[in-house]
Amino acid sequence: MSESFIHAEYPVAKGDYTRAGEASTDIKRRLRQLGVGSNVMRRVAVASYEVELNLVIHSDGGKLTLDVDTDGVLLVSEDVGPGIADISMAMREGYSTASEEARSLGFGAGMGLPNMKRNADEFDIQSELGKGTRISMRFRLA
Amino acid sequence: MEQTTNRYHSVRLDKTRCKGCTNCLKHCPTEAIRVRDGRAHIIDERCIDCGECIRICEYHAKVAVTDDLSAIHGFPHAIALPAPSLYGQFKEIKSISPVLDALKAIGFEEVFEVARGADIVSRAIHEKLREPGLPKPLISSACPAVVRLIQVRFPDLIPNIVDIRQPIEVAAEIAKDEFCRKHHCPPEDVGVFFITPCPAKMTAIRSPIGQKKSAIDGAISMMEIYGKMMPHIGRILAHPTQPSSTIFGVRWAASSGEANAVCPDNSLAVDGIQNVSRVLEEIENNMLSDLVFFEGNACIGGCVGGPLNFENNYVAKNAIRKLSRACSKENPVDAVPASMLTKYPLYFDAEIEPNPAMKLDDNMVEAMKKMARMNAILEGLPGYDCGSCGSPTCRTFAEDIVRGYCTEMDCIHKLKDQLKIMAERMVELAQTKRE
Repeated sequence: MSESFIHAEYPVAKGDYTRAGEASTDIKRRLRQLGVGSNVMRRVAVASYEVELNLVIHSDGGKLTLDVDTDGVLLVSEDVGPGIADISMAMREGYSTASEEARSLGFGAGMGLPNMKRNADEFDIQSELGKGTRISMRFRLA
Repeated sequence: MEQTTNRYHSVRLDKTRCKGCTNCLKHCPTEAIRVRDGRAHIIDERCIDCGECIRICEYHAKVAVTDDLSAIHGFPHAIALPAPSLYGQFKEIKSISPVLDALKAIGFEEVFEVARGADIVSRAIHEKLREPGLPKPLISSACPAVVRLIQVRFPDLIPNIVDIRQPIEVAAEIAKDEFCRKHHCPPEDVGVFFITPCPAKMTAIRSPIGQKKSAIDGAISMMEIYGKMMPHIGRILAHPTQPSSTIFGVRWAASSGEANAVCPDNSLAVDGIQNVSRVLEEIENNMLSDLVFFEGNACIGGCVGGPLNFENNYVAKNAIRKLSRACSKENPVDAVPASMLTKYPLYFDAEIEPNPAMKLDDNMVEAMKKMARMNAILEGLPGYDCGSCGSPTCRTFAEDIVRGYCTEMDCIHKLKDQLKIMAERMVELAQTKRE
């Protein structure tokens, strides 16, 4: 990103289902105010909600960062653990390590990461067991 | 606010009645109301004519502009299109016929049930749902306030809106055509009037959605003609007008009526504009991608809850449930002949465009600068969302400052802080001794 015009951070707590979705709602509102087109909006909506839910369901807590400039939207999710043991496994559709609690709420279909990858123009995931996970997604505006 | 546009709105403000309170501010789903100079202002671009402000205003300063009953005299022949919710307004009736006959008694030459239009639309949507590759869920186009909400707040969901006209439009086309054939008169001699439960439908006639031109000539408020119909309701006629719609079409009047008619197995019906917003948010996030059909109604209870209904929505819904039992129970999929799907215009002939009213600026760089300023201003605001400044929340107030409609000193709390600083300075000055 050249020069970040809009920057916002959203802390997301582990297991906080009551606030889940608030970050992605705010992200969508901002993009709408900036006049981001419908196609990008829809993809950011899906990806930001999935990544926010991932932080709630799987992580020990973390934050979501939004950066927007005239070239595009950058969404970064960083958490403090526990990290993913096998990323290629986690990227598979239908694979999930979600808890019973999360499943009882209708989550854990194993589509989170594949959905993010499908909707972002660029997708990168880095993870280290015991350390944490960093997911970076770019959406081009042009 | 100070913007002027040519948008038509049925929902208007009666300035003489407005006290400048903040009740309506908080209930507007598109943040379209501001209080400035002691009076409410409706931002044209954002208003979706849902009527929430009409319901909430205890001073009756928000009104719905509809046509007067006398408008029917502008045509040699007038046809009434009663919304099925009208049937629920009269407690003492045992069948739909007295309602249809009362409309004739107050001046309409012919009556055509909107529920018949709903039957045809039900079958058309049912057929549509069989097409492969449709977005999921498909969203009903029947409630104009919901469609306008999508244009303003969820423009990325526009492709999900089903491209089939509202039942009132379909009913109007058929009513006019059948009348002209029967009486051998030119279409311009026939006025078709919708008996409306809400301002959103009135607006949809003047500025149609998905259609170049509406087939309807005017809309008359149910509230206005309720009293005029009342004296005729009890009369027993030798040949009462028989309803010809199905139970499914009539039950479109209440929430879930449409969903039950088009896709009972995998649909969701939500009523109340705030509830609809919440679920649209979930659809936008792809959380309901297994769902086939979504019916959203701006009013609680569906059209029976429209602000122009006389009876409360629960009583009306119950009345309609009972009255509709006498109607044909045949599903519209079987009751409506396939030929009806091609005989009259059923599909959209105009695109639904996104409404960019929420955009801070047409130029994205400028919009980003404004947003950065907005966020800086917001940090300095108290966050009470008290509405005293005339904007619904501190966030919208910050937005209004950036848009140039007000200044930070319009915030009473900021002003108090400023006064305190000034007062302290004055004390300091007063205490200054001559050296």
